[in-house]
Amino acid sequence: MKQNLAVDLDGVRFPLPVLAASGCFATGRELGGLTDIRKLGGVITGSLTFEASRGWPTPRVTESPCGVVTAVGNQNPGVREFVAEDLPRLAKTGIPVVASVTGTTLQEYIRVASILRDEPGISAVEVHLSGPDRESRGLPFYARIDRMGEVVGAISRLSPVPVFAKLPALLPDVVPAARACVRAGAHGVSLIDAIPAMVVDVRRLRPRLGAVIGGLSGPAIRPIAVAAVFRVAQALPQVPIMGVGGIASADDAVEFLLAGAWAVQVGTAMLVNPSAPAEIAEGIAGYLKSKGLASPGDLRGRLRLSEAEGMGGE
Amino acid sequence: MRRVRAEILNTRKLGAYHSLTLVAPEIADRATPGQFISVAMPDDRQFILRRHFWIHQASRRGGWAGTLEFAFDPHGPGTEWLAEARAHQFLDVIGPLGKAFAYPRNLNNCLLVSEGYGAAPILFLGQELRARGRRVDLVLGAASEDRVFKPIEAKRLAQTIVIVTADGTMGERAGAVDVLPEVAQATGTQVIYAAGPRRMLRAVAEFCIERRIPAQVALEEEMGCGLGVCLTCAVPVIRKDGSGYDNLRACADGPVFNAARVFWDRWMGGETGAVHTPPEGFAVVGPWPE
Repeated sequence: MKQNLAVDLDGVRFPLPVLAASGCFATGRELGGLTDIRKLGGVITGSLTFEASRGWPTPRVTESPCGVVTAVGNQNPGVREFVAEDLPRLAKTGIPVVASVTGTTLQEYIRVASILRDEPGISAVEVHLSGPDRESRGLPFYARIDRMGEVVGAISRLSPVPVFAKLPALLPDVVPAARACVRAGAHGVSLIDAIPAMVVDVRRLRPRLGAVIGGLSGPAIRPIAVAAVFRVAQALPQVPIMGVGGIASADDAVEFLLAGAWAVQVGTAMLVNPSAPAEIAEGIAGYLKSKGLASPGDLRGRLRLSEAEGMGGE
Repeated sequence: MRRVRAEILNTRKLGAYHSLTLVAPEIADRATPGQFISVAMPDDRQFILRRHFWIHQASRRGGWAGTLEFAFDPHGPGTEWLAEARAHQFLDVIGPLGKAFAYPRNLNNCLLVSEGYGAAPILFLGQELRARGRRVDLVLGAASEDRVFKPIEAKRLAQTIVIVTADGTMGERAGAVDVLPEVAQATGTQVIYAAGPRRMLRAVAEFCIERRIPAQVALEEEMGCGLGVCLTCAVPVIRKDGSGYDNLRACADGPVFNAARVFWDRWMGGETGAVHTPPEGFAVVGPWPE
């Protein structure tokens, strides 16, 4: 059987099923000497604001068991500088680029997306929704389904490329949120965003992060992410899902694909092993071969579920 | 920058610190003082990020050719695991990383100041400066005698050396900064290099700005990747024209910075949550490197 690792997310094609998650790739120059970046299925950029953002004070990173808690605060050069400087460099690599868009007002999201709409080097847009919404007293956009719909809808209407909403797993149920985003015009969803988390240095009586609360990523959140992917995939089987959260090996990635993801993103593992996406893609190929399957998409819907077993239980 | 599987050649205690020597010719051949390496942790543990260490020695010639030494203070799960690692074990190492100290082109009298294991990059720098015919004077500070890093090697290296400890167990009871004015005066210091805790580096920077002595500092900030991609190790650095500051990456834009251009108030602010606007019109002492 001829194997093909490319994935097609209902119109968005990635040559390999493993992408670099937002904020783990920079401009492509940094990792050039350590890994063959052509072995990436795609790259999600760091989240872009309209004006340049300096981000949070340090420390911005700390560890927790099997995880990393970070609070960078979207440090980025601003979307116009990104388009002028970083995007041409990224585009030159030939890897599909997914632009991550963020903001603190609906207006800012729209302004960022407007700058990106005329850029041919962008394959898709991912909407980052965990930033503070000024209209909701700083609660994240994802805290209100109506706000999420407004933002995702506005971006979907003006974006010529498919839009993915990056959702958290912490809502009472992630499915209504995913459904609202799709109704508003999202092409697909990325599941899941980092989980709000805090670590305290008891010796110094201080939070370990400058921003106090950050986002937990890494293997610690993987089962939570798999569950979110599974639920959305069950409810909305036609909606493309990118699975993300603690993937560090091919088996981890296959878990997501079996649960219903169409592609996966690798974040934290890339910081430890810059070749992780390439190694994971290779491992997926080996797994498919062992199962006699031709493509990553063949894993979707193959999860064996016994009817007697509950699916929503604790 | 290379990623290698490096064999541990030697592991030993150095007072309160621990030192590992690796066989890593691909890294040792390129390493210069102020640069660092990143070491992966084992797969089966709860702590997952790589750890980052100053390169203390990189031997290109002689019986130790191709080896690399780094030192650390075992104080967390990663460093404690490394302190337990045995000779002939292999480590996943990336290096050399970061921008190194710049050598002075025209100035001769170099004063090197460190506290604690900040001496690791500083002694490496001292050797390289000596090899380039510069005068090297040293101030070595530490909390206590067991934290004075390689005092005998330091003595051999320097024209003059002052050792101070906070508890007086070795040398004078003082901090490195306390003796700085006197030593700088006595040795005719033209350039200062420093590595160590933030408070000490800031005091060194203030001294250098006041005396208009060019200075470079090697900084430590919590790092996620060490490669320049995760943007966690931000250091606020004042722009050349003084018009404001940018958050640069300690790992890729540093860890060595012009002491006069680090925005110390901002970096060491200690506030949580506030992102403030920079004051205008910084006084920039430069040029550096010359």
